[in-house]
Amino acid sequence: MSRPFVLPDLGEGLTEAEIVQVLVREGDVIAEDAPLLEVETDKATVEIPSPMSGRVEKIHVEPHQTVKVGQVLVTFGDAAAGATPTGKQAADPLDPTRTRAPEPRTAVRDGRARQTAPAEPARQTAPVGQRAEARALPTAETPARTGPVPATPSTRRLARELGVDLHTVRGTGPGGRVTDDDVRAASGGVATTPAPVARAEPSQPAAPTAPAKPLATHVSEPPLPNFEQWGAIERQPLSHLRRTIAERMTLSATVIPHVTHFDRADITDLDAIIQRNLEPVKARGVTLTLTAFLLKAAALALREHPTFNATLDAAAGQLILKRYVHVGVAVATERGLIVPVLRDVDVKPLLDVARELGALAQRVRDGKATLDDLRGGSFTVTNIGALGGTGAIPIINYPEVAILGVSRARPEPVVRDGRIEPRLLLPLSLTFDHRVADGADGARFASAIVRRLEAPERLLGLEL
Amino acid sequence: MVMGDLVRDVDVVVIGGGPGGYSAAFRCAELGLETVVVDANKRLGGACLFEGCIPSKALLHVAAVLGEAERAKEFGVDFGPARVSLDPLRKWKAERVVGKLARGLASVAKSKGVEVVGGRGVFEDARTVRVEGDEPQALKFRHAIVAVGSAPSRLPGIELSERVMDSTAALEVMEIPERLLVVGGGYIGLELGQVYAALGSAVTLVEMTDGLLPGADRDLVQWLARRVDKQFAAVRLNARLEALRETRGGVEATIAGTAATFDRALIAVGRRPLTDGLGLESTRAKLDPRGFVAIDARCATADPRIFAVGDATGEPMLAHRAMRQGKVVAEVIAGRPAAFDNTVVPAVVFTDPEIAWCGLTETRAAADGRVVRVAKFQWAASGRAATLGRSDGMTKLVVDPESGRLLGAGIAGPGAGELIAEAALAVETALLAEDLALTIHTHPTLSETLMEAAETLLRG
Repeated sequence: MSRPFVLPDLGEGLTEAEIVQVLVREGDVIAEDAPLLEVETDKATVEIPSPMSGRVEKIHVEPHQTVKVGQVLVTFGDAAAGATPTGKQAADPLDPTRTRAPEPRTAVRDGRARQTAPAEPARQTAPVGQRAEARALPTAETPARTGPVPATPSTRRLARELGVDLHTVRGTGPGGRVTDDDVRAASGGVATTPAPVARAEPSQPAAPTAPAKPLATHVSEPPLPNFEQWGAIERQPLSHLRRTIAERMTLSATVIPHVTHFDRADITDLDAIIQRNLEPVKARGVTLTLTAFLLKAAALALREHPTFNATLDAAAGQLILKRYVHVGVAVATERGLIVPVLRDVDVKPLLDVARELGALAQRVRDGKATLDDLRGGSFTVTNIGALGGTGAIPIINYPEVAILGVSRARPEPVVRDGRIEPRLLLPLSLTFDHRVADGADGARFASAIVRRLEAPERLLGLEL
Repeated sequence: MVMGDLVRDVDVVVIGGGPGGYSAAFRCAELGLETVVVDANKRLGGACLFEGCIPSKALLHVAAVLGEAERAKEFGVDFGPARVSLDPLRKWKAERVVGKLARGLASVAKSKGVEVVGGRGVFEDARTVRVEGDEPQALKFRHAIVAVGSAPSRLPGIELSERVMDSTAALEVMEIPERLLVVGGGYIGLELGQVYAALGSAVTLVEMTDGLLPGADRDLVQWLARRVDKQFAAVRLNARLEALRETRGGVEATIAGTAATFDRALIAVGRRPLTDGLGLESTRAKLDPRGFVAIDARCATADPRIFAVGDATGEPMLAHRAMRQGKVVAEVIAGRPAAFDNTVVPAVVFTDPEIAWCGLTETRAAADGRVVRVAKFQWAASGRAATLGRSDGMTKLVVDPESGRLLGAGIAGPGAGELIAEAALAVETALLAEDLALTIHTHPTLSETLMEAAETLLRG
């Protein structure tokens, strides 16, 4: 008797992962929750614990292989072959929920480059049990649900690839035939949606999003010349992460007409406040950083300019305004930049923002961030000045509307009251979706951010 | 070389070079797996190519030509009495048909990098196959595929001899016996019985049950039964062969208490899996009481490294099922989510007229108490059948009464074996009868009968 273990649903929008490491060998007897595999998704490196105790009968994957959600990773053998199953599995070895792993322990060692913060999760409200049911692979031990399900052989293959049990899918085709779309819907609509499409509003929760095929959008690259005619070349395969970034960036740059507005904030006073309060605040266990103020300033400005805290639903011809302000922020890690998300920045006191930001950044660097830490953002701030430069034009983190790029602050001569004074100036570059907002809107939004940075007491809530 | 001298590590060992085995091996090779086929005769093709499907169809073609020549008298064409020379016939069958296809398979194997080792493969343990015979060696495998196939069943107490043949021997056509006894009214007995009848033998067929082609729908079989009644010297149903003994110059058979003498006898009472002595007991793979290897939908046995396909895994023992299983198993081994989830395994009896069916039969539906709608179209109303002088056929569809979905189809008549392919596609893809009815079928062809049958369901 063998039990397959499939790649569990790692979170909405994640359809595949790359195997980094297989942590067990065939024949190993392992305990429930023991580390089984390490996989890298678009967003994070995740260690997948074993869903059950048992003997590893067969490993179906190997490092560097890309696997899809629902694909069989490991087959467990008969528990009697040396393992001590827990009572639960002994009682119900076929409990389909067992194929959904326990909470994946997320070890973020990598992520997408800066602007590619996780996008809006489609609010998935299908009951967990039902979805898990739909994921259970047909095996020899499930004779209860037998008999052919009306579907074409290619649809059945798709169902196997997505880990969908056809017996649990209601067919919408002629005569109750299960169609490809039915299968995709049953698998959570993730199959053809490699790029997240934030279309689900609370009012239309379970409606499967129309399959988006981002890279196919009207663009086809012309064939490349033969470079070898000019000299030797070398071809390198793209990593999973690199491919994902390429696809997301192409999607964003192709779909969204980008406009970038430049501005500068005089943060001389803000910097003084930060320097003055560093030690006292540190004594309370919080590191005061410019980034915390940037997030707070952006969040307050977003509340004033809600069109920048939105997503354009082009298919519906609607603008989806978000009643929450969750700000993604680029954090540098050893393996690259990742974009964790701080919730409700607009309503949190600055010190809380600073504290949470510190903790989040630490989780990210320690590889302990959860997938929830990495998604749900409605706006992104990216500090692109850490390594120098005077400015850069960020690309919007699809499907958000805007992204704020922050470059390195420098002391510069500024004319104030007819005199030249040295002031600390922070270059800002706000990129936004021209379909949603015009240049004047962008200028107003940028100056709303600048205004707050230049009056730091407001950020601290002191003016209230 | 001493056995055990040579131990090789390979990704996949396939035991048996028949359709299941070579399909699996070819697909494994395509998927990048180092694959070795162990075949007792060091060749690909198996029983299908060398002693089954292919040679029997070659002989049935000869029978069909003879039958057509005979029928031509109806419209005023008389070729005179046919003279059959067995040497050129056997040579054509062996070289132009079987030999040509065998060479083709060998060259495909070569191009795909599949090695064929001669010998009998025996499991030493769940990691090792020992090859006994011409090229003794041990093959350590990551995965093994049992594709050992089947052989004609024996009748207890009856020894094979020159005069008492199994289907393999009958296909050699060593002579045209004056009187031939065929034991078994299944497809093998009927096909070979018709071959010999066409060649000139007086054929007596004995079948234990009350009808030919047990399990097939009676309204399909009746077309064949009528033909056989005319063509054969005698058809004895509900009759048991009680004894068979060789006498000087013939064989004496006792059938239902009466003795009769024949020049030769053909025992065609089914096929049995060739799983004896395979060493599966050294692994965790299990055999069922009839000797078939137990497998799941992925063609996996109870031993995680060992898979099985084809006749060795049970009914229906048909080459096309084995070939599909072979491709499934290769993909499973390569880590793909493949499964043998086919709804239909079409069956064709290549007699004259041919009988073919796929999916749910009326007989099966009745046995399961399943309510179905059945649509029938008699070929007497087919223009094409009339032009062929062959109105002896019918086409029927078995349909789900609620959804109108096609569940099965059955066809009797010349060419039924080709016609069933459309029905198989329709059932496999869960089409509605309406889809068949609304698809333009070429006129005048026999394929129209599928459309016509479907149309009867739409009327009223």
